[in-house]
Parts: sequence; structure tokens; C-alpha cells
Amino acid sequence: MLWETVRLAFRAIIRNKLRSFLTVLGVVIGVAAVIAMVTVGQGSSAQVSANVASLGTNVLVLRPGRQTMGPGPREDAPQFTLRDAEALSDLTVAAAVAPTTTTAATVVFGGANRSTQITGSTAGYLAASNWQLAKGRSFSEAEERGGAAVCIIGETVRQSLFGAGDPVGQAIRVKSVSCTVIGLFSPKGAGSFGQDQDDIVLMPIRAVQKRLEGKDDVERITVALKKSVTAERGTRDIQNLMRDRRRIGIGKDDDFSVTNMAEIASMLTSINSVLTGLLSSVAAVSLLVGGIGIMNIMLVSVTERTREIGIRLAVGATSGQVLTQFLVEAVVLSVLGGVIGIALGLALAYGASQFMTIPFAPQVSVVALAFCFSAFIGVVFGFFPARRAAKLDPIDALRHQ
Amino acid sequence: MTPLIELRNVTRSYGKGEAEVRALDGVNLTIAAGEFVAIMGPSGSGKSTAMNIIGCLDRPSSGQFLFKGAELQGLNNDQRALIRRNYLGFVFQGFNLLPRTTALENVELPLIYKGIAPEARLSVARAALAKVGLQGREGHDPSQLSGGQQQRVAIARALAGNPSVILADEPTGNLDSHRSHEIMLLLQALNRDEGITIVMVTHEMDIAAYANRLVVFTDGLITGDSPVKVAA
Repeated sequence: MLWETVRLAFRAIIRNKLRSFLTVLGVVIGVAAVIAMVTVGQGSSAQVSANVASLGTNVLVLRPGRQTMGPGPREDAPQFTLRDAEALSDLTVAAAVAPTTTTAATVVFGGANRSTQITGSTAGYLAASNWQLAKGRSFSEAEERGGAAVCIIGETVRQSLFGAGDPVGQAIRVKSVSCTVIGLFSPKGAGSFGQDQDDIVLMPIRAVQKRLEGKDDVERITVALKKSVTAERGTRDIQNLMRDRRRIGIGKDDDFSVTNMAEIASMLTSINSVLTGLLSSVAAVSLLVGGIGIMNIMLVSVTERTREIGIRLAVGATSGQVLTQFLVEAVVLSVLGGVIGIALGLALAYGASQFMTIPFAPQVSVVALAFCFSAFIGVVFGFFPARRAAKLDPIDALRHQ
Repeated sequence: MTPLIELRNVTRSYGKGEAEVRALDGVNLTIAAGEFVAIMGPSGSGKSTAMNIIGCLDRPSSGQFLFKGAELQGLNNDQRALIRRNYLGFVFQGFNLLPRTTALENVELPLIYKGIAPEARLSVARAALAKVGLQGREGHDPSQLSGGQQQRVAIARALAGNPSVILADEPTGNLDSHRSHEIMLLLQALNRDEGITIVMVTHEMDIAAYANRLVVFTDGLITGDSPVKVAA
């Protein structure tokens, strides 16, 4: 009998295609919005987590000057030196230390050229920033010490300079310096802020300082901590060492900053989840409005179909059967809306994830929840109109024009 | 033999106190199985109210209504629905077919509520349509059928439930005289050949003439009850 009622409901829905479509539109939009929001939110969370992993789990970054938020000139504080980096690598908490300086330059190979970021650092940079080599080798100690004109390039740079060719062993020109490619990084993909991490040329820091920039600045020092060391202890040891080296008196503030990358990543994750929650709840409100839309149309439908209800009662339908019919109709409508909404929401989320280059992370639980919720909306908002239909007096209903 | 339908001193009043209107004012009526009864009377005479009570759509304010000898006074709405489902068939003036629904589906409707399986339902519905002369029109919408054909579908729908009684409320009211004649011959045949009891309300004497008994209502009372002369 229930199956029969579901079939009847489908027939009634098909008989009024336009009205049915307009009825479910609210639920479609509501469900699609929730699905899209949650899926995109999950995707960007996954992206942030992946970035945390690519940063390395336990990495601290030192910069000269006090920590500043937002734009504005940095305080005038003494730069780091390579000797600072050597001192840091003597710390027991440090697993790898990478003094780094960067400069923008155009690199040329044959007829191809690309404006990119030249990063000067040491072999420790690979460990501290979690880079893997796809090909070739890292810097030798002699190359580092002498500031040899050698470089390791990222996948993006390789593609634009060499196309499909093998870069290792080739000489590229960086500004006016001819530089031998000794290695190729495995691709990392987009970073936390959507930047292309593979757009990189890594050279020994002394080569960048002497040959490209002509000054001895070290912009920042990245320290990867040993696995057993907590970020708090690492920060404390580093601060003590640097305060000592920079001769900062007791009671005076640091003139450098130590940033915990994992902290930034977790902050990004929580901002992300708050935003996702907020947008999802707005979407949920639209789902509620969609439900009210269903109730509205079902009430109109009951009035419009009063005579039909009268006929059904006359041929022997009980009021329970009329109630079931209208309730099932509402549920079928809203579930239909839910299914269309899920499809639409997933499509939207897929498009958005392609656009924002984040992973497409549909969640079965969210889809199931949206499906159940749309059925629930059908029951809740279908009940009142259905009860009204069931309570009609057959004589009045048959006389209704 | 127990009469099929028996009204004993039935009253039906609407409103209360000063505003009270008595549609039926103590009606006694007995209809035996196999009769073809025409009910006539001016509007407001109580004939429709009597039909509604016989059709289990309304209940008397006082008095007794017996169907197959059983008192129906105490039945609730769902039990009345079961009586309608199993023993009664309705034919209305305005046909009352479901729009945008094929003739076959319209005829199937009472069978769905009887809980008959789809295959059996289809063959019963087809047979009922054939009986009213509508073979080949099963897939037509009411809007694609003439008034006479629509009324035939409605009669087939009433027949499909295999009723003891067909209650016809001005079945020819919306039809021209030619179609009216056809419909009345059909009802007459069903009464004669299938033994279905028919109770019909009508305004027109020549339509009432197809019945074999004429009951006249005036001001909530039966004022005439006589056999119809076959001469008509």
C-alpha cells in the first residue's frame, strides 16, 4: 500500500511538472548551498593540513626585527649573519638549519625565460622546508662554502625553461650569472595562500649574496627541530642563544622574532572551520526557507485539489490514506529536491575546488545528512497540509468548485 | 428478507436553536436489493441530504439508518469509508473524474483503496470500461472525452468496486437528451442484468421514468412513493 502511495505521489508530481519544480527549488538551493559550503570547507581544510605537512611539523622561522602584523616598515634591527646560522646548528634541539635570503630575478635558458624567486640557502633548506629531490643532488659543502654557481630548480621553472627536457647538467643564466642545474625538486603544489611553491630556484646562499645581491644579509633562518623537542623548548633555546649573540640586556625586548609555522597553520585551520560553519549555517537557513516553501505550495495544492480529495474519500479512501498520500507527496518532493540539490552542490563544490586549486573532498556523511534532512523537512512541512487534506468533509470537498 | 437500505424516522438538522434548519424531518424509507429508485423533489426538499446519508457521507441527527440490516449510526469516519469502499458506487452530475488522469487510472482508483494487486486491478478496470462501451479509450484523459463518455467512465469507476448499490446524483444533469438517454439505458441494463440496486436523484420526470420506483421529497418529508409505469 505504501509503495502504491509513493507511485500515486510520483504521478501527482509528474502531472504538475512546473509547480513541482518551483516547490522543490527552495530545497534544491538550500541543500546545494550546504553541500557546496561544507565540501569546499573540507577541501580547504585538507589543503591547510597538507601544507602543514609540507612545511614540516616542527619548524621555527627567525626574522630580524620585532614581530609585526600587517604592512608598515620593519623596525631597524641588525641582520642575521651566516655565523648566527652556524651557532644555531650547534644547538642540541636543532635538526636542520637553513639561513635564507631571497631575490627576484629572471632566469634564461636558450630562448626561454622566466621571472622567478631566487632562494639562497644551504643544503639544510631541503630538510627544514621538507623538499624532496626528484633528480640530481643537493649542494656539496664545498659549493656552499665557495658560493658556487649551481642551482636546484622547481617543477614550474623546469617546465617553462626546458619543456619536456632534462634540466640536470644544463647551464641557465640567472641575471648575469651562468649557473649549472644540479638537481630538480619533486613538485609540492600550491601553498597556504595559493602561491605556486614550485616556482623556485635554489642556490647556495653565498652565491646569492656575492654574485646576485652584493650584500651579506640573511633574511631569515629556518630551524627544523628534532622530533623529540617541543616547539616551546626549541623557541626558548633559540631565543636565549640569539639574545646572547645579539647582546640584548635582561629586561629588554627581543629585536628578532621566532615564528612557529605549525601554529600559523593551525590558526589558518581554525579560521577556515569558523568560516565554513558560518556559511553552512546561512545555507541551513535557506534550507529551512525551502521547507516553508514546500509547506506553502502543499497548502495551496490541498485547496486546489479539494475536489480530488472528495472523490478519493467517496470511492472509499480513509482519512489516514489521504493523509499518507499528501505526506508521501511532500516527502517525495523534498527528497527529490534534496537529491537534485546534492548533485548541484557537489558540482558547484567541484567547480570551486578546481578554480581555487584545493582538493575536492566530498563527504559521504554530509551527503547522507543532507538527504535525511531533506526527507525530514518533507515530513515536518508536509504534515500540516496533509492533515488539513485528511480532515476535509467528503460532502463539502465534492461540492467544492 | 432484510431490506438493503432502511431509514427509520431519520432527521437531519443543521445549525442550532433559532437558526436550526431541518433538512430531513422524520423520513421512513425502505429499499430492497435490486430496486431502481428515482428520488425527485424541488431543491431544498431534502433529497440530496437523504442521498448523502444513504451514501455514508453524512449521518442522521436522529433516527436509524440500517444497511443490510446493520445499524450504521455508531460508525466512525473510517468505518464509513470502508462501507463506501466495499458496497457503494457513486455517479455524480459533474462526473468528478480526476483531471490529467487516464480513464483507466480513474477506474482503478477504488481498486487501489481496496488493496487489489496491480495486474488484477488492470483487468477489472478494463472489464468495467468494456461494460460501459469504452474499449479502446483506456488511455484517454477526461479532457479528451465527451460528456457522455466521461459519465460512462464514472459509471465504470462505480462498477469497478463491485458495489451492491450505485448512488447516482443527477447523472444526466450535464448531458443533452440523446446522451442522457444512453446513460439511462446503461444504468437500466446494470440494474436489470447485474442486479445492482440503483438510487438516483433527478429533476426530470422523463429521466425518473427509467426507474421502477419513484420517491418524492417535499420539505424534508416523503410525500410520494409509487411504482413507475413502464409505459414511459
